[in-house]
Amino acid sequence: MSPRLLKKALLRVGFWCLIGILLLYAVFPFYYAIVTSLKPSSALFQVSYWVDNPDFSNYAAVLQQASFLRAIGNSLVVALSVVALALFLSLTAAYALGRVKFRGRGTVLMMVLGVSMFPQVAVLSGLFEVIRALGLYNTSWALILSYTIFTLPFTVWVLTTFMGQLPHELEEAAIMDGASPWVTLTRVLLPLLWPALVTTGLLAFIAAWNEFLFALTFTLTDTQRTVPVAIALISGGSSHELPWGLLMAASVLVTVPLVILVLIFQRRIVSGLTTGALKG
Amino acid sequence: MSVSTTLATGDELLPARETPVQRRRVRAAWLFLTPMLLCLALVAAWPLLRTFWFSLTDASLADTGDASFIGLSNYLLHSSTGWSGVLVDPQWWNAVRNTLHFTVVSVGLEMVLGLLVALLLNVKFTGRALVRALILIPWAIPTIVSAKIWSWMLNDQFGIINHLMLGAGLIDAPLAWTADADLSMWAVIIVDVWKTVPFVTLLMLAALQMLPGDCYEAARVDGIHPLKVFWRVTLPLLMPALLVAAIFRILDSLRVFDVIYVLTSNSSSTMSMSVYARQHLMEFQDVGYGSAASTLLFLVVAVIAMIYLYLGRRQMEVRS
Amino acid sequence: MIKLKLDNVNKQLGGMRILRDVSLEIAAGEFVVFVGPSGCGKSTLLRLIAGLDSICAGDLLIDGRRVNDLEPRERGVGMVFQSYALYPHMSVYDNISFGLKLAKTEKTSLRERVLKTAQILQLDKLLQRKPKELSGGQRQRVAMGRAMAREPDILLFDEPLSNLDASLRVQMRNEIARLHARLGTTMIYVTHDQVEAMTLADKIVVLNGGHIEQVGSPRELYERPATRFVAGFLGSPRMNFLAASLHTPGASSLVESLVLGRTALPFDSSSLAANSQLSLGIRPEHVTLKAAQGTAGIAVIGVEYLGSETYVHLDTGQDEPMICRCEVHAGWRVGDRVELQVEIDNLHLFDADGTALRRHPQTLETPLDDIAQRSVRAGAL
Repeated sequence: MSPRLLKKALLRVGFWCLIGILLLYAVFPFYYAIVTSLKPSSALFQVSYWVDNPDFSNYAAVLQQASFLRAIGNSLVVALSVVALALFLSLTAAYALGRVKFRGRGTVLMMVLGVSMFPQVAVLSGLFEVIRALGLYNTSWALILSYTIFTLPFTVWVLTTFMGQLPHELEEAAIMDGASPWVTLTRVLLPLLWPALVTTGLLAFIAAWNEFLFALTFTLTDTQRTVPVAIALISGGSSHELPWGLLMAASVLVTVPLVILVLIFQRRIVSGLTTGALKG
Repeated sequence: MSVSTTLATGDELLPARETPVQRRRVRAAWLFLTPMLLCLALVAAWPLLRTFWFSLTDASLADTGDASFIGLSNYLLHSSTGWSGVLVDPQWWNAVRNTLHFTVVSVGLEMVLGLLVALLLNVKFTGRALVRALILIPWAIPTIVSAKIWSWMLNDQFGIINHLMLGAGLIDAPLAWTADADLSMWAVIIVDVWKTVPFVTLLMLAALQMLPGDCYEAARVDGIHPLKVFWRVTLPLLMPALLVAAIFRILDSLRVFDVIYVLTSNSSSTMSMSVYARQHLMEFQDVGYGSAASTLLFLVVAVIAMIYLYLGRRQMEVRS
Repeated sequence: MIKLKLDNVNKQLGGMRILRDVSLEIAAGEFVVFVGPSGCGKSTLLRLIAGLDSICAGDLLIDGRRVNDLEPRERGVGMVFQSYALYPHMSVYDNISFGLKLAKTEKTSLRERVLKTAQILQLDKLLQRKPKELSGGQRQRVAMGRAMAREPDILLFDEPLSNLDASLRVQMRNEIARLHARLGTTMIYVTHDQVEAMTLADKIVVLNGGHIEQVGSPRELYERPATRFVAGFLGSPRMNFLAASLHTPGASSLVESLVLGRTALPFDSSSLAANSQLSLGIRPEHVTLKAAQGTAGIAVIGVEYLGSETYVHLDTGQDEPMICRCEVHAGWRVGDRVELQVEIDNLHLFDADGTALRRHPQTLETPLDDIAQRSVRAGAL
């Protein structure tokens, strides 16, 4: 083999090694969680990389816990409601910001961007008071409302970008047809924005599903908790006695749907994330 | 159609009239913005103002309405027993140090790793789409879950990391990653880096794909060493994207809460500003004092965000 | 009957005057074409009429009613856009009926009108298709159908053919002409293509730098351009301009020019001073070439063979060569020396501002034989 070919072959091998290491780094922790969750508690403290006899007792135990199922239900309700609310509010806002020239547009955009940079803890006490005043403490509504603080700026920003990219003659054609702004938005522009709505909705869903600080603070009882809080609060007598198998089974259960979503909508998610960040 | 003649001298400036349609659209625009603005006012602006106000009172969680103004005492107060307030609380300054330590190290690592992974994935190879999808998994996993998974992997007795390191002869005895004061910050950083590298990678990858291809063609034709091309061409062109990603990550890291809370709970060796503020607000129920800490954190983030917005606007002006 | 009237309309945008004191009357059923170079304000003018842009000063009247402050749908106008701007998610039927639906048209009459429109435009078989399943010409017809469906009194076209390839453009041009003949609707059509303007228009409006240069029938504009700009804009190859100066002003002028030398021409120059700079316009097809003897005459410096005709380029000593349109069999070659003959009636004379000098009225009736036919020698150079 000539040295040139050898060098090329070595480069190839090196490259695929790097890819392998990367994949191992990215995927292994989740894989290990699955492995752990499939072990009976007796085998838990033997490190192993493979499960010979998958044991589903941990999953059975998790799914028998009413509070965990309840938490999944709560998380679904909260995340879906947040998506619906954020998309509705940001769709109309994005029409205004993306398609109409008016004084104060830049200021509104800056405000929205500013809110997206808020540390959540900075509004914690004020929001706590608002939620208590509205009688929403320890309800899903508290979370739906408070989650708009981090979903809205993002959905507004991304949808505004997408909205601005639609051809303006389309809107003028609608004006010539006698369409009001509301009709233009709902019957002409909205049908063209479905891909963008799916992307932003998905990202908002993931963000809401994963939120922890507000969920921990604004809910109190098992019946109102969301999944992240429920998992964080699974405990044994001490940190050494944590029911790790159970914990990993719960973790896998709440993560698998997300992983599947991400794998299916990978392209859309990437475009949404980069639109939000780079074009802003 | 583009513009034709400039105004001749003597031409009066005509009033910039709007068509009925334009007027209707501007009215509709404000109407359409109102729900969003009301919502943000309710969940962001008003609570923020209340937090500022609470920081000047002795409010307690039990009844935030029943609070009296105490000036800046939550921040700094001199009394017969000496100085008190957030600004002289060694715990607070410890939290500030921890947060900065965490931010600098984790954002730095994320930038470097994110860029390296992006360069790797910018090469065309079969299965690239699949690899790109798979590296998104850490990003999609809820922070709480990844913290739990890692705390299991980092478990001092049964964790796989200790097992591997012992097996490789790197250490003699298992390490108490999350309990040892010297190691726990590293545990937090490891988890955060693992979770956020995908995001940085995606941004870098998008930026890499927007680079003009002909520069590289030219460089290859001229036989310039790839490393030199990277330093001289790629990196400078990537700088704007790198800065954007870094700012995003810095703002995120400064308000870090979830990872630390789950991984090491209230341990003082990892306590961040957010954890500190929440502890005072919710656990000690001292809303006034906690709000003072929150306000300080907000100010730090606001200053950095302003710098970013200012630079962003300057850059836009330069470009146009 | 006057359908639409523009009265001293002005448009200003960001410190730029895009339209300056534009006044125009358009009769009912007329086909009017706005033509001019890009940036002349023709599209803006169309958008003002449509109601998509605002009029800064002046009035727009439709049927004698001031419509400045009316919305497009209240003005009774329909518009065909350059990019067609069809609603991509709607079928052809829905595209055409959208405006009717919004106008709350009763169901059966809505259906009738859509079908009638579709039939006129030969879209009957495509009604269920989506725009992306249509060819360029079909999309163009859908765009027209959408504009027509509400039976507007005035149809506006904004460079509607510029996205089509050359052969389709000719076909669609003819279809639009037939449509106008059939509907009798007032049509206003914007284009930068002079062939479209000449072939379609009852009346051409030439715009330049935000003002109207000239309004008239294609023939008037071509044969009696009011300004040097109009003369140069219409016609291809464009009119030749020769530098000239006024020797003796008067009801008939004695003009000193390149190529033609000192000539008495039937133009009224009494308002001008002697030695004023002029320019003499000759269209390429109005020149007849004859072989010159020996080294006399003008040199041929280029020949373009087009199949049906030949363009011969002559060296007049100006930067641009003079172009003559000749029959192919004349067989001119580079290096030949020629004399040229021009009919006086086909000459145009412009003053330094570009305004055409008034033609002596008598010349049309009693052409003076001795100057009407004149061959000019290259020795004049």
